[in-house]
Amino acid sequence: MTTTVPAPAGAPATGDAPRPARRIVATPGAWLVWGGVTLFLLLLLGVVGSVLVNSFGTRWFDTWLPAGWTTGWYTQAWDDFDLLPVIVTTLEVAASVVALSVAVGVPASYVLARRAFPGKRVVYLLFLLPIMMPPITYGIPLATVLYKVGLAGHVSGVVLANLVPCVPFVVLTMTPFIEQIDPAIEQAARMSGARTWAVFTRILAPLLLPGILASSILVLVRTVGMFELTFLTAGPDSTTLVVALFNAMNAAGIRAQQSVDAMAVLYMGVMLVLLVVALRFVNPTQLVSQVKEEQTR
Amino acid sequence: MSAPAAAPSRGADPGLRHRLAERGVDARLLLLVPGMVFVVGLFVYPFCYGLGLSFQPAKGGGPFADYQRFFSDAYQRDTIGKTLRLAVPAALLNVLASVPIAYRMRGRFRGKRLLTTALVVPITLGTVLTAEGLLTFLGPRGWLNRALTGLGIVDEPVTLIQNYWGVFFSIVISGFPFAFLLILSYLSGIDPSLERAAATLGAGWWQRFRRITLPLLAPGLATTFCLTFVLAFSVFPSAYLVGDPTGETRVISIAAYEAAYQQYDYAFGSTIAVIMGAIELAVIGLVLAWRSRFYAGTTGGKGS
Repeated sequence: MTTTVPAPAGAPATGDAPRPARRIVATPGAWLVWGGVTLFLLLLLGVVGSVLVNSFGTRWFDTWLPAGWTTGWYTQAWDDFDLLPVIVTTLEVAASVVALSVAVGVPASYVLARRAFPGKRVVYLLFLLPIMMPPITYGIPLATVLYKVGLAGHVSGVVLANLVPCVPFVVLTMTPFIEQIDPAIEQAARMSGARTWAVFTRILAPLLLPGILASSILVLVRTVGMFELTFLTAGPDSTTLVVALFNAMNAAGIRAQQSVDAMAVLYMGVMLVLLVVALRFVNPTQLVSQVKEEQTR
Repeated sequence: MSAPAAAPSRGADPGLRHRLAERGVDARLLLLVPGMVFVVGLFVYPFCYGLGLSFQPAKGGGPFADYQRFFSDAYQRDTIGKTLRLAVPAALLNVLASVPIAYRMRGRFRGKRLLTTALVVPITLGTVLTAEGLLTFLGPRGWLNRALTGLGIVDEPVTLIQNYWGVFFSIVISGFPFAFLLILSYLSGIDPSLERAAATLGAGWWQRFRRITLPLLAPGLATTFCLTFVLAFSVFPSAYLVGDPTGETRVISIAAYEAAYQQYDYAFGSTIAVIMGAIELAVIGLVLAWRSRFYAGTTGGKGS
């Protein structure tokens, strides 16, 4: 995409036509498209803006903006909801899920990318299913099993539950990435006497690093945002930020709404930091066409 | 590709090992073991356990008593319809609205990265924050109703929360960016020279879209629909918080949750979870069957 097409600078839809002087009046189709985007962005702005303004406002009732501004809700939310341990738990869970799912997923995706073997389709389907099923459907039986084994209610149970969609996610994102690495490089290494372990650490790991980074950041964002599985398996000392937020909202009336909003803004802040970091490594539009990108480069 | 693997001549009993290696079975498949252990231990086993549990009703009766209970109780049975009424239109809207927008935005233009970033933001919001924002923004005293009444479009504030529409908006906010990104990347994967070739042969933009782009995009559309449908189908927090969890938006996941965690009837909870999974797989199966009627070659290479 980057190098094959001489980029038509301004008119993506009709890149072939010799462009006349810049048209001011757009076609009805363009109006519809940009109108839709604008509406969506307005809705988004309204949603995020409402939460943001409410979390900084003193008293807001039937006016455009609150009567005054304060940061008091943040300190109150921090103390009331005991946020520091919650954030620590969230990061603990997310980091363990990322490390484990990469460690387990990457070798599996290597086999899936490089080898043909009997039953490959079944294995592939098994990895696809957890992503295709709504978390609640397998979350409830999984939580039941975890409670029976005595793991649920602790951080380990939350980590295990979150691994269910994350391991397949790593496998499915890494498989195309490994496929585009030239197998001749590995064969050369093997010819020179490298064993599988050496091929992995000396040849594949450096080549795979961008892919691993990309998919681990996506797993991180997913895990921090994963509500259902964490909600079903978390105990009092293992709630993550989303679950704490849900509980705070659900118990509305006990806490001031602004305090809950402050917490929501903190959550959004954590996610935004992750997103900004992620976008430095991953171009969101290339998640699927990564293979082609790499080949044409 | 598997040529070097076909000759692992180390070790004894070359006969069997050689024959296995010829079919692609050798020691390197062991790399697959940890992943399979995870999937089987944490997904397949619990799922089968839940399936087994659903045939052992806590309140006695035959093995199908809990299924009968679900389908004979209108309060439970209607959750299926309610879920589908929410999920199908929302997923369709997400996918169909993404196509023209992504079609326009697939080239390069100034500010594309900014726009895509703005569209990715909702993914990070999560359903709970979206719910909180929707409650404030669309509420009777929220900005939207203030603007609508201020402009004289409506006299009374529109009720958009604690009902169907609140949940619908929540699904669109979290699902649309996801669908858009996927479709944009599928579209960028289609070789633009195909469309240019059609243009030289005199095809108008509609013909180019209908005859070239759409068939190549169809598999990607099906995949995107499936993934957005899964998101929409499992609305739980937003149906609880922005919706009307005892009436209009009592979706099936709420029914499953209530059975398992408020009545502590794990068997019935598992039954509902199994029913939910079956319905979801049925919809996805339909979509994939439709997809398999389309061209599945490699020209676009995407969406397979």
